[in-house]
Amino acid sequence: MSNNQDYWKANIALLLRCLVVWFVVSYGFGILLVDQLNEIRLFGSGYPLGFWFAQQGSIYVFVVLIFYYVKKINELDKQFGVEE
Amino acid sequence: MSLTSLTYLVVGVTFVIYIVIAIKARASSTGEFYVAGKGVHPIINGMATAADWMSAASFISLAGLIAFMGYQGSQYLMGWTGGYVLLALLLAPYLRKFGKFTVPEFIGDRFYSQTARIVAVVCLIFISFTYVAGQMRGVGIVFSRFLEVDITTGLLIGMGVVFLYAVLGGMKGITYTQVAQYCVLIFAYTVPAIFISFQLTGNPIPQLGLGSELIQEPGVHLLDKLDTIVQDLGFHSYIDSMSVSTINIFCITLALMVGTAGLPHVIVRFFTVPRVKDARSSAGWALVFIAILYTTAPAVAVMARYNLINTVHPSVNDTEITSIAYDERPDWMKRWEETKLIQWEDSNNDGKIQAFNDTNTQFTEKAGERYGWNKSELKVDRDIMVLANPEIAQLPNWVIALIAAGGIAAALSTAAGLLLVISSSISHDLLKGTVMKSISEKQELFAGRCAAGVAICVAGYLGYNPPGFVAQVVAFAFGLAASSLFPAILMGIFSKRLNKWGAIAGMLTGLTFTMGYILYFKGVFFEPFAANVAENWLFGISPEGIGTVGMILNFLVAFTVSSFTAPPPKHIQSMVEDIRIPKGT
Repeated sequence: MSNNQDYWKANIALLLRCLVVWFVVSYGFGILLVDQLNEIRLFGSGYPLGFWFAQQGSIYVFVVLIFYYVKKINELDKQFGVEE
Repeated sequence: MSLTSLTYLVVGVTFVIYIVIAIKARASSTGEFYVAGKGVHPIINGMATAADWMSAASFISLAGLIAFMGYQGSQYLMGWTGGYVLLALLLAPYLRKFGKFTVPEFIGDRFYSQTARIVAVVCLIFISFTYVAGQMRGVGIVFSRFLEVDITTGLLIGMGVVFLYAVLGGMKGITYTQVAQYCVLIFAYTVPAIFISFQLTGNPIPQLGLGSELIQEPGVHLLDKLDTIVQDLGFHSYIDSMSVSTINIFCITLALMVGTAGLPHVIVRFFTVPRVKDARSSAGWALVFIAILYTTAPAVAVMARYNLINTVHPSVNDTEITSIAYDERPDWMKRWEETKLIQWEDSNNDGKIQAFNDTNTQFTEKAGERYGWNKSELKVDRDIMVLANPEIAQLPNWVIALIAAGGIAAALSTAAGLLLVISSSISHDLLKGTVMKSISEKQELFAGRCAAGVAICVAGYLGYNPPGFVAQVVAFAFGLAASSLFPAILMGIFSKRLNKWGAIAGMLTGLTFTMGYILYFKGVFFEPFAANVAENWLFGISPEGIGTVGMILNFLVAFTVSSFTAPPPKHIQSMVEDIRIPKGT
């Protein structure tokens, strides 16, 4: 039983890390800091950085984030021996 | 071949494909009818989820909405994609492990309460019907615009097709038709975007074209150019957030994200994959397929708006603005004038077209002195940004026909997914789960098919005769999902302490508060109590974003009530422990 609880704790820690990134790229970069980031251009393009995060970048990060979580949680499943 | 007959041909061929798939993938058991026998590959399910999720509104209206809102359109882009992170991380794998058929079933079992289950059914039916009415309307509109039949005929044809594959095929039939529909709609959306991007910037990838320089003016970036032009015509900046309320955009984005994760027709798609780890990755694939359209849309928005302004005002700078003469307008404008999506009225009798922001009084005064303008003369329906795109880019007729097929595919796939969750909550949660527990599987399957049939007729009626509120109820569907279903499911998984009293009180609080706030400002069934303007809003949050507050209230009430009442029984607590680990599916 305590094995399952340790697995759950590790999962929660992983989830929180991912959700921080989720929050920062969308609500942080795309909304709260958008005008400050717009002072900077995305490398090699005409995108103001804040605008890019709001209309492009956050979506790319979301996709990467899900697959990162999937990879990490699958590793945890194995490590704690709880995979299907 | 004429455009109309070509459109008939393309749409007809796609319909035949959908029906053939439906007949091949007929459901023969309740398991196949509700969750496609839990045998769908995660990538296939991701594609089906994308089609399920992207509605007629995403396909036809999203780009136009962003084009006119500029930066503020980001709330839809982030809001309607970020929810998949929540789904993949917080809900889908655990609900898949739970392994039943419907969302209300989870809520009923986890909170050991028929009342909780019925509250969830009520939320689900309300959310899904408001949504589906808009889809059926979308089918009718696409038919009438492209095929020159009236909205009613279009609606009946659409109903017939959905009837065939949703009633016969159930979830299994829907899944595979949605895959076909995704291919049609994404092809139809991206092809014109690629051409337009290439014509304007020389870069065929719209996502990169949006950040590139203009071919006609090397050294000038497309985004900067548009931003300058719109401000020269008296509009607010396209890029910065000066004209936007931060708290409001924050709350709207959050309500849309959480609402997405709480929409029953999206959640059940993850019940159809074989394993818990498939549910996780499938949500990632769904977002990949959605992101293809959602990252193209802002590019289409900028390019279409730039093209439109450029057509009307070939040269715009702060010292001089030239206008095109009405007689010299391009053919695509003439064609769309017939459909009334573009309308022109020569209010200053100069025979030229002017389109500017006439709500900006300072600018209008200046333009009146300098150019003799008095009003913006061009009325443009936002949907034109997608619908007229192939013609603006001078693409061949088959691409235009494809847009029609894509719009119909987007509407049908979403409608079918919604109708399925409605019918399964009626046959499985209400009949089998509550009223007639003794019915056999065969009878339940039959009941499910009947419920789907009836739901299609109701949806068709709502689409034909939309209650005045259809256009403004998007806020409803997302707000209610965000404030009622999402918190209940989330707490059901992540808290062992939450009991039935807390869950029911929380759901009812979120539901009543959100619904009350929206009705207060939007009326819907009656005259609104107060004007829907920022001065009247609570904390400056519009009805679109109020689901965020409803969700917070739901959490607070649920935890408070739970802490004063008895914890859930032992077997429920071990059920929660069990759904938290993948082992033993």
